[in-house]
Formats: sequence, C-alpha cells, structure tokens
Amino acid sequence: MSALRLALAYLRFHWVRSLVLILVAALIIATPLGVERLIAASEARMTARAEATPLLIGARGSRLDLAMAALYFSEDSPERLTMQAAEAVWESGLAEAMPLHLGFRAQSAPIVGATLDYFAFRGLTVAAGRPLALLGEAVLGAGVAARLGLGPGDAIVSSPENLFDLAGVYPLRMPVVGVLAETGGPDDMAVFVDLKTAWVIEGIGHGHEDVLPAGAEAGDIIADAALVAFREVTPDNIDSFHFHGAPADYPIDAIIAAPFDDRAATILRGRYLDRENPLQIVEPAEVVGGLFERVFRFKSVLDAVVAVVAGAAALAVGLAVFLSLQLRRREMQTAFRLGGRRSTVARLVATETVILLCLAFILALAILLMTEGSMAPIAAGLVAAA
Amino acid sequence: MIVARDLAYAYPRGGFGLRVPALDLAAGEKLAVVGPSGSGKSTLLDLIAGIRRPDGGALLVDGVDVPALSEAGRRAFRAARIGFVFQTFELIDYLSARDNILYPYMISPALRLDAAVRARAGALAQAAGVADKLDRRPGDLSQGERQRVAICRALVAKPRLILADEATGNLDPANKGVVLDLLFAQAADAGAAVLAVTHDHDLLPRFDRVVDFAGFADRSAA
Repeated sequence: MSALRLALAYLRFHWVRSLVLILVAALIIATPLGVERLIAASEARMTARAEATPLLIGARGSRLDLAMAALYFSEDSPERLTMQAAEAVWESGLAEAMPLHLGFRAQSAPIVGATLDYFAFRGLTVAAGRPLALLGEAVLGAGVAARLGLGPGDAIVSSPENLFDLAGVYPLRMPVVGVLAETGGPDDMAVFVDLKTAWVIEGIGHGHEDVLPAGAEAGDIIADAALVAFREVTPDNIDSFHFHGAPADYPIDAIIAAPFDDRAATILRGRYLDRENPLQIVEPAEVVGGLFERVFRFKSVLDAVVAVVAGAAALAVGLAVFLSLQLRRREMQTAFRLGGRRSTVARLVATETVILLCLAFILALAILLMTEGSMAPIAAGLVAAA
Repeated sequence: MIVARDLAYAYPRGGFGLRVPALDLAAGEKLAVVGPSGSGKSTLLDLIAGIRRPDGGALLVDGVDVPALSEAGRRAFRAARIGFVFQTFELIDYLSARDNILYPYMISPALRLDAAVRARAGALAQAAGVADKLDRRPGDLSQGERQRVAICRALVAKPRLILADEATGNLDPANKGVVLDLLFAQAADAGAAVLAVTHDHDLLPRFDRVVDFAGFADRSAA
C-alpha cells in the first residue's frame, strides 16, 4: 500500500513526465489496434459492397480499376465503353444492365451518372426532396449533402475536367432536388445525376443558350472559354437540349450486370471469355478478395514494422527505468539507511511503471472507444479514397 | 547504549580501515565525534547502524549484537531503534513534509503506520516549528526548515539512538544552534542518546562528551 502511495506521489510530482509517458504508451498501444480495426471495417465495407454487386462489365484493362471505379467511385477511371455494351446485355435476356457514367466531380465529390434502376438495385431511398426527374438535376448522397451543407433547393456545379483545357467542357450548374438516406457506403459520398445529364456535362448533349457569364443579359451568347461561366438546364432552355451522334455510341465507364439466375450468370461470363473481345466481365467479390489478399500481405510487413517499433519502445522504456534508477540512487541510499530494502526504490519504479502502463491501457481503450463511431466513416472515406 | 571493543573494519577495496579500541555511549548521552576528513567518522556511524559489518571486535547497540543480525534483522533494527540525520537532509523531493516525516513507516516492514504515529508526527512538527508547513514539499522549505523536518523524521519511530552526520553542516550560523538545540531537546524528550559527527568546533561545548577520531584511522589496511 505504501509502495502504491509513494509511487502515486512520485508520478503526481512529475506529472508532465507522467502524462507524456502515458500518452506515448497509449498511442503505441492504440495505433496498431486502431489500424487493425480500421482495416477490418474497411474490408467489411468493401467486401459487402462487392458481394452485393454480382458482375461488372467494362472495357478490357485493369480489373481492379474497373471494380474500384464502379463500386467505390475511385478517381482512377477505367477504359471506357459505349452504351452498345449495355444494350447487348439487355438484349441477351440474361441480366439487368445498369450503365454507369463516372469520372466527373463536383466540389471533390464524384458525379455518378446512372439510370433509375441503379437506385432500386442499391436500395437507395430519398430522405429529403424527390428523386431525379428532369435533365440537369442532381440528387446528393447523405455524406456529400452534410459535407457541403446542401439540400433540396440548392445547386451544385460540376468541376471542369481540366483547368487548362480551354476547349474542354463548361461546368454544369445542377439544381439539387433530393438527398438520399444514409447508407454508410460510397453512395453517401456521391452526386447522382441521370445518364443524360452526365453526357451534357461531357458536352455530348447541349442546349443553345448555354454559355452565360455572370451578369450577361439574355441574347448575349458568348463562346469564350476564358470567361467564368457555367451552363444550366432551365425550363426555358430544356427543350433546346439535344444530343449528337448515335445513342449506342455514347460513352459509359462500367455496367453493373445483375443476372436473372446462376445459369444466366454463367452464360454471361462465358460471353466475355474471349481475349479478343474488347470487353471484360469481372466478379467484384473476387477482385476485392484479391485486393485484400495483397493488403494483408502488406499488412504482415506492417505488423513486423510495428513489432520492431514496439520492441524499440520497450527498450526505450527499459532505458527510462534504468535512468530513473540512476537518478534516484540517493533516494535508494536514504531508504536503505532508514531501514528499507535496497530494492525499495526499484520496487517503487516497478510500481510506477505498472501504474503508468495501466493508465496508458485505459487511455488507449478510451481512444479506441471514442473512435469507435468514427471508424465507419473513416473506413467509408478510405474506401471512397481507394 | 553503545559498547564497542576492538572494533575493526577495512574497506573491501583496501586503502582505508578503522580501528576503535573502545567506545561507549550511555543512554541519553550526547556525544560528539570529531576528526579530520577520512578519519572514519561516517564509517563508524555505518557500523553502529548495521549498514556495514565490522571485520572484528564486539559491538552492542541498545543491548543488541548488531553484527550478528541478518541483513533483514539489521534493517529492522535500524528502522526501529536508530534515527538518522544527514548533512544534506536527504528529504524525498516528491513527498510533502508530513509524508517525509512518516517516510520510515512507508519503506520499512518493521514499522506500522497508525493514527498514533500520525499524531506523534504532528506533535514533533509542532515542537520543531514546522506544523504549518506540513503540506509543503522540501523544495518549498528553507534549509533550516528542511533540517527540522529531517529531525522529526529521525525521531518519529521513537528511536533509542540518534546518529547525526554533520547535521548542521549545511546551515547558516543562526540556524546551527537552533537546530542542534531542537535535536537535543527532542532526543531528550524521547530518551534517545545522540552520537553526532561534526566538524564544527563551536558546537562542541553543547555536547556531554567529545571523542577525537584522529587516531582511529588505519591507513595500512589492505
């Protein structure tokens, strides 16, 4: 009891040192555990999303890029394909085809051009406002709406594809007509538009009163990329919007294929086996599983690094204890002269170390508990950033 | 209180030894030990306290053959029967003055801390004039106050013998007399004898007896 009292008195007297030691030890304990949980949460999220997506069709190329773009709206765009591929899936009678147009962004959020089938497939419901109905409208994921503070009645502007591409597309100002209910997945972080709206952003579809600088009067049609301007689909100009070229040639980035049964899935997969076929079909769960195999291989290296760091930290603690004993040599001698054991101070230092480690464990646990709620959004963010 | 005969001690690494043909200290007596540095005065205190074991001779302290005791026995003997006062006070910097006085009870299994001990510590602090500073740490006390706290610590276990090693060596002239008077008064109240090593010859008249250690050193010891 006296050892505990003396140890506490010492720690209280050297409170700054004690606090630093507790914080450092807590971080050393909490960091690997937190990373472990974050990876587990990310894996759970990514795997759930992949398993909920039966098949993906895209242009032949990186299977990972295709899966990451179509499932998590990553910035790495896969090779493009055309709407003809989606029509072919529909015509096969083997699966439901949900084309996705990806690649554009609005205030850092991915703009996803999709058909209404996509919303039904993902179980996305509108929490505020209404679903997409007209050309040029946008529906926000819950995360984007919260981050940007936008809701129905506001507007969001698509970002230019390339700042220095003067001949590139003009931004499109889109009225926000709805906000989706939170799902905890990548859909929360996306801006959804109709496929046709995505093509308008891309410049395939356009109206004829479309380039208006701020303050310009009606009739002042200016086509000058140096101006800060945006286009907008309004009731006045919506009828003038039209598309050039054959619809089958309009670009998309991926197709989610939902086969009607296992047999249909097998047949559909067989159709894309030919390596000469410019299209490929992938099973997202398989691609994401392979990704995590690689992540875990890397993680074992990370674990080894953490083990080395922990070993170094243990050595540092050992050195701190040794130096502490050296510094308290006089106290040791005094204790011995007054009738204490020679090991009195060593026992005190051991007690202090145990107290510090206990407090560090409690703090680490508190950190982990406090970040418990943030783990899902961080995992979602990581998944989105992946 | 102390009976030493033909006491001999040599440091294991050689170079210095101590030979004390005879040394006696009566109960309640105040004895000053003087002598040049290196004459073995502090070594004598260590032998009496059982910190070192003599190589030869007889040593009885309060009727106990200290060298015959085990290591644990000597520690318990030291805690219960001997009070130490050091030149540099040796207070524990992270403890309050109150806890410093009670420190022997916190480190020795031979002593048990109870309400009576706490009351005694308070009374000693009152008598030493530091009762209003019991919650302060040594760093917040003056030199004289620190030594008063150290004297209270030496007396709290009601020892039969006080060993003072240059107890006034770090004090200013005004405080030296005051602290020594306090030590003597408190020791007298407790019925304890005082054996004090000192270089301060001005203080010698206050002692009952003075022993010069100049001739006790054995520099031929190997």
